[in-house]
Amino acid sequence: MLDWTFIPLTLNQIISPQTIAFALAALGLAVHFGYTGLLNFGQAGFMAVGAYFFAITATRFDWPLWASVLAALVGATAFAFLLGIPTLRLRADYLSIVTIAAAEIVRYTVQTPDFSSFTGGSDGINGSEKGFEALDPLPDSVYKVGLVPYTNDDIWVIVVGWALVAVAAVFVWQLMRSPWGRIVKGIREDEDAVRSLGKNVYAFKLQALIIGGILGSLGAIINVIPTSLQPNNYGTQTTFFLWTIMLLGGATTVLGPIIGSILFWVVLGLSDGVIAILATSHALPLSQVQQGPVRFIIVGVALMLLVIFRPQGIFGKKKEAYFSA
Amino acid sequence: MPDQNAFAGADAAPILVANGVTRRFGGNLAVDVEHVEIPRGKITALIGPNGAGKTTFFNLLTGFDRPNTGSWTFEGAELAGIPAYKVARRGMVRTFQLTKSLGLLSVLENMRLGATGQLGERFLPALLPFLWARHEAEITAKAMDLLARFKLDAKADDYAASLSGGQRKLLEMARALMSDPKLVMLDEPMAGVNPALTQSLLGHILALKDSGMTVLFVEHDMHMVQTIADWVIVMAEGRVVAEGLPREVMGDQAVIDAYLGAHHDTDLGTLTGQLAVAEDLGAPEALVERIEEEIGDGAGHETEGAGR
Repeated sequence: MLDWTFIPLTLNQIISPQTIAFALAALGLAVHFGYTGLLNFGQAGFMAVGAYFFAITATRFDWPLWASVLAALVGATAFAFLLGIPTLRLRADYLSIVTIAAAEIVRYTVQTPDFSSFTGGSDGINGSEKGFEALDPLPDSVYKVGLVPYTNDDIWVIVVGWALVAVAAVFVWQLMRSPWGRIVKGIREDEDAVRSLGKNVYAFKLQALIIGGILGSLGAIINVIPTSLQPNNYGTQTTFFLWTIMLLGGATTVLGPIIGSILFWVVLGLSDGVIAILATSHALPLSQVQQGPVRFIIVGVALMLLVIFRPQGIFGKKKEAYFSA
Repeated sequence: MPDQNAFAGADAAPILVANGVTRRFGGNLAVDVEHVEIPRGKITALIGPNGAGKTTFFNLLTGFDRPNTGSWTFEGAELAGIPAYKVARRGMVRTFQLTKSLGLLSVLENMRLGATGQLGERFLPALLPFLWARHEAEITAKAMDLLARFKLDAKADDYAASLSGGQRKLLEMARALMSDPKLVMLDEPMAGVNPALTQSLLGHILALKDSGMTVLFVEHDMHMVQTIADWVIVMAEGRVVAEGLPREVMGDQAVIDAYLGAHHDTDLGTLTGQLAVAEDLGAPEALVERIEEEIGDGAGHETEGAGR
């Protein structure tokens, strides 16, 4: 008997908090790379910093929701300063090296036993959602969307999450059509040209790094609230999922990262399901352990194909594709 | 026409004065300028063979590179050590030898980028268009004016990447004018521009002077220099070897040496151009013949490298 219920279940990925989280973080990455040309390979690090600042202040110090969210934003900003001040005056490559390393440093540091009274070590942190769920106006009940039952708290996260995505999208859209956006788009192409016109390029790059990082940390909060904080969710695979999402939708668009996130998680869920079915029916010579990593192969191949054949993504304009094959 | 009295007149205080500027790359002293002055309200040409340090000197003056020693003043204010973007804000705007038009922005957006003091360039006000929409409209009007002057107005909404090489040069110059600079520094404005467009570029440069700006430009072609420059500074091997009115400078033995003499094998630009210059300068017959021979067997040299 083959189990096809994964198909309707996967469709719930369209609205899931995970999709929201990756949409926000990929939008941040679009601010970094798509609009400003900053090669940030450590967006997972910005998410991790946001998640930990939020969860630690909420659970260990019982800060109210607004204060914990503020702490996450401050944390992401500080992280941007930390990475940006030494590297943004240098060539673009240095930022990519530093960000990928810094993101891993964050992930390993929070798992050290010495900090586990704060960070929970490799177990992560549970229970940071209390402040958020206290604001839930929905009556206690179970709602069914498709085949999946949602508690009122689940629905509350999803509603707030998508509202946040909408606000972030309008924010980035307005920013990029303003004179500020004009400057960062100029920087993406040739920062000396922009400098020669009297613009403080370094300050604009730092601002872009902060804004994108903050969007990443907001995404992480939406990811943490309905489940828990797991340090291994913020490894390099998260960063490369985000790159795939951004390039899939279009790096120089606002809708691209959002639609890209939806498509990415639906397709990934469907391919996981299909592979599981093919493996259990022995059509594919894969053991249960081997099935998991296949998704990374798929994502890797998709990333390569995108960059080669459609660098502008689904929504981008060919002429504005930042790198051309 | 060249102004015969470059340093005459009441407002003759030079707009830029540099002293003891040196820049070393390893053991190579690329720039070693003891003293140089740029006359206000005139067109000054900075000439010299490839590798003379002209562009490096440009980069130093505009804050794109830092000197090992030296100081210079612009409008009487010390400018050494000031970052490039602040130099531009003070009214000293440059263009680049390899044109830096921004291909992924429209021509009009390129122009708007050149404007200064736009509040919408700051992060928070950028989110509130009503704060800067009026200024943006003024900037756009000014940009369209300039584009019309440079005959690029029909291209305003195209990506700058779709422009020809010469049009990009024009766009870069027009963009530099958006900030109403006092000193415009053009790094090889004629390089790679076809003859017809060269004439109009010359016209634009003269128009800058008429509107009260000072122009400093780097150029290889002596004909251009003679046509429009009021004052000529000649560099060779990092030093200023001569300066003066174009006519005087052309006959200077140091200049002839710099262009044609000791380093004639290494410093070849366009051979044909050099021939014309050699004739202009009244170089010895033997030298002219030698160059003619080389043109004959050295077709590969015909295409001039865009620079160094």
